[in-house]
Amino acid sequence: MEYTAVIGLEAHVHLNTRSKAFCGCSTQFGSEPNSQVCPVCLGFPGSLPVLNRTALEYAITVAVALNCRVQEFTKFDRKHYYYPDLPKNYQISQYDLPVALEGFLDIQVDGKVKRIRIRRAHLEEDAGKLIHRQDISLVDFNRAGVPLLEIVSEPDINSPQEAYAYLTFLKSIIEYLGVSDCDMEKGSLRCDANISLIEKGQSGLGTKSELKNMNSFKAVKDALSFEIERQSELLSGGGVITQETRLWDAKGLRTISMRSKEEAKDYRYFPDPDLSPFTISQDTISRIKQSLPELPREKQKRLADQYGLSDYDAELITSSRQLADYFEECLKGYANAKAVFNWLSGPVLSELNSRGVSISGLNISPEQMVELVKFFQEGKITNLVAKDVLGQMIQSGKAAADIIEQNGLAQISDAGSLKKIIDQVLEENTKSVGDYKAGKSNALMFLLGQVMKKSQGKANPKTVADMLKTRLGGS
Amino acid sequence: MPLSKDTIEYVSHLARIELDAQELKEFSVQLEEIVNFIDTLKRIDIKDIPPTSHILPVNNIAREDKNRDSLPADKALLNAPQRKESFFGVPKVIE
Amino acid sequence: MQEQKLNSFSAHALLGKLDKKEITPQDIVSSLIERAGQVEQRINAYVRIEEAGGLSLAGASGSGRGESKLKGIPIAIKDNICTEGYNTECCSKILRGFKPPYDATVIKKLKQAGAVILPVKTNMDEFAFGSSTENSCFGPTRNPYDPERVPGGSSGGSAAVTAADEAIWALGSDTGGSIRQPACFCGVVGCKPTYGRVSRYGLIAFASSLDQIGPITKDVQDSALLMNLIAGYDPSDSTSVNIEVPDYTKSLFKDIKGIKIGIPKEYFVEGIDGQVKDIVWQAIGKLKDLGAEYCEVSLPHTQYAVPVYYIIATAEASSNLARFDGVQYGYRHPVQKSFKGQSLIEMYNMTRGRGFGQEAKRRIILGTFVLSHGYYDAYYLRALKVRTLIKQDFDRVFKEYDCIVTPTSPTPAFKIGEKTKDPLKMYLSDIYTISANLAGVPALSLPCGFTKKGLPVGLQIIARHFDEETLMRVAHTYEQNTEWHKIKPKL
Repeated sequence: MEYTAVIGLEAHVHLNTRSKAFCGCSTQFGSEPNSQVCPVCLGFPGSLPVLNRTALEYAITVAVALNCRVQEFTKFDRKHYYYPDLPKNYQISQYDLPVALEGFLDIQVDGKVKRIRIRRAHLEEDAGKLIHRQDISLVDFNRAGVPLLEIVSEPDINSPQEAYAYLTFLKSIIEYLGVSDCDMEKGSLRCDANISLIEKGQSGLGTKSELKNMNSFKAVKDALSFEIERQSELLSGGGVITQETRLWDAKGLRTISMRSKEEAKDYRYFPDPDLSPFTISQDTISRIKQSLPELPREKQKRLADQYGLSDYDAELITSSRQLADYFEECLKGYANAKAVFNWLSGPVLSELNSRGVSISGLNISPEQMVELVKFFQEGKITNLVAKDVLGQMIQSGKAAADIIEQNGLAQISDAGSLKKIIDQVLEENTKSVGDYKAGKSNALMFLLGQVMKKSQGKANPKTVADMLKTRLGGS
Repeated sequence: MPLSKDTIEYVSHLARIELDAQELKEFSVQLEEIVNFIDTLKRIDIKDIPPTSHILPVNNIAREDKNRDSLPADKALLNAPQRKESFFGVPKVIE
Repeated sequence: MQEQKLNSFSAHALLGKLDKKEITPQDIVSSLIERAGQVEQRINAYVRIEEAGGLSLAGASGSGRGESKLKGIPIAIKDNICTEGYNTECCSKILRGFKPPYDATVIKKLKQAGAVILPVKTNMDEFAFGSSTENSCFGPTRNPYDPERVPGGSSGGSAAVTAADEAIWALGSDTGGSIRQPACFCGVVGCKPTYGRVSRYGLIAFASSLDQIGPITKDVQDSALLMNLIAGYDPSDSTSVNIEVPDYTKSLFKDIKGIKIGIPKEYFVEGIDGQVKDIVWQAIGKLKDLGAEYCEVSLPHTQYAVPVYYIIATAEASSNLARFDGVQYGYRHPVQKSFKGQSLIEMYNMTRGRGFGQEAKRRIILGTFVLSHGYYDAYYLRALKVRTLIKQDFDRVFKEYDCIVTPTSPTPAFKIGEKTKDPLKMYLSDIYTISANLAGVPALSLPCGFTKKGLPVGLQIIARHFDEETLMRVAHTYEQNTEWHKIKPKL
């Protein structure tokens, strides 16, 4: 029996407004517990919410970028459930009149384009954080009241790969809009999944599992893969799927059923009488549409056309808006797009990954970066040295020229200096010399490597290779 | 529609209120009477009548995205039945 | 002739004396303390007096500067209005010990105006659930006119202290009549402003779409004075309206010639006490003598007001009270160490089961029921629609009439314990006051006579949205042409 997976994704995105959704407390991440709270976000008796205008604006912006139908009339509702991290034991959310409905995302998987429809996007407030200790649980309400945008897809996704593509594309669009940093590790993007299996060729939905606790896009992919296997095994064996919530266990690489009694959730939604309803005019929507920045796909296409990059390369450099903008800034000072691309996508990206920062975290201006690339391109320093200089620029904040001069890192190309080093290396490595003369051409690379090492990477590799060949004879 | 004991038990669970046997019995009778009374609303024709969620026709009340002073943790935790460091303490939550 | 004690004056009279430096704010408070010493045992209108170290200015907040508008006149506050650093408990066990870390907006405004906030709060029905102040965890307040009877509710404490001269004036809250009905039972003036006229920030919510804070005073002039100070837009309250506050005291000295009054026939049907009916009609006659015209009108959906109210108000209350769970403040029921994670649920259930009083539990359960899956449309949604019809009734009448006049209550103050066994009976006593909350219109009650047993009877005036000026005008004119406001209970 072959099955098709039917998957819907619910993403919760932290909007990076300065203040919370309904009060003026800061939304900054990582502060001392309960230091960014007030009577409103604590839900103290007598407190009242007032909507943060920018949160609504950001929500509309995302909705427009996701091709949604923005509602002319929208309101807030109370969603009731009891949990210690929910101060009022109800969440201010949106039920039947959300900010946006009916959008879509065109994802690319295996070279094919597929449309994933978006059912709705709505605004709500986040809850606080619970920390569990031995005999007690602790609550920090700093996060309570931070504005969230919940984006719900239709169950149009049919594989873990598609889910991954959807999430990465969604993330890059939202990043490009600048309304969230969409960082799953920091918790500014959370994702739950609904998955069921149906017989291949059939349509509709099967009995679904709701998957939670996936802390990265990879985890979402893995959890879905696991769940597909689990469910198909169960179904093939004549079993029946129970509708339940399952948690992803990242250590054990499996989903675990939440054994707590699954009762039908009765949230008792009703319109929040403390908040006014909102009308969103066509003018507002047009204004926001027009002020949208260039989105990832558009930028990708333009960079490919404008700078002669391949689709693959263009996709890489536009994976983050910051990186793409930085790339273009560099090109303002140096027109060699290929060189700049190679440099940024190679050594620079490597530094970003190992240090776990974004391009702004390196504190190197595009002008400074371009200076380094030029030195390398013009032969002033070697590739190896350039990488080293990059590292030093990050550490010290100094300019490339200064570092090269102060450390005498300029490339050595003159035959005189090189001869001295080559002589030494040949003396110390007679076996390799013999090997080369005996016909082992690899030995040349070894000897070249020794020269590079002895010269601290500064020797001009091409010149050295030529000189070695001449010295040792042979082709 | 009468309010059966089962309904009251279910609703009191939704409301997280523990009722003892006496209360369950009394409330059953009292609430049934009240619900019968409010059922008189069923007589009215409400076709095409819009609901009033907000009595005043006011829309779009919002504030600027500016930071305002928060409470110091001590004030926030002043009334906490259980405080540990700068956190509110609750019985261990098992997920 | 015995000199009149300071505590028996109105605020506007005291302002004059303070201005002339004949007295100090401390003199006023001393007089109140003396009075409380005489009567508080019998009335029980203030709560937690011993805890606060007695009724005094010690620890009272507010500047009371000589140049300020109120010059240090003290004001009594209902126990559901947040006062920073002073216990605010809604007379409920579940909020025992709660000290808000902030002031309600009205308290801030009063302090700025130079009022002194008494640290001892007034008694109320728990969470404002009631019409008699018998649902308080501190015991019932007794009516100064007859201590065997209720003072009305839920602002019974505020009304009683004002009537008994244990306070100069007070703030109460009104969701279904909780200012007007106790004002009526205690023979004082109570005003419920238009919804959105006064900020609700800091009022511990009962029903968010119905609640308003308002003044309870000895005469209409004091009511206008207080309204001037507490009314106004508050950016912290999304439901407060940005309309300029007029000087309500300027409406006090007009006449009422040509004012058109509507008398709704639905308010004079079976169930109204015969004496109340006669006294109210006499008052209406007086209004006519003073130049107003009146005519019978109809508010046809009046009979549905109580059921609509008990759906909407309890639904909103069940939601507003969900937060009382022992996590952050108030009473927390002690639980056994974690047993299969049940402790948290037990904490919620027992805290709320033991912390809330009977009426609170009843209303929360009813409110949860009408919002629950399967019942929402039949009850809550339907009630919202009938609310529209009730509001439309008022809109129609106000097209032609300047105000509506009715009795405030179908009966005078009833006996303590008389209605406690029958919640429904208790709910029906709100029948004349509830509609104004549902429609959001302002309403005021003032004394218009006494029954043969010496119990006060109240006249209710209802006006258009944001037209408290007409309320003040009609009420003040009537008051100044009668003697009811000069009568005090014999304590």
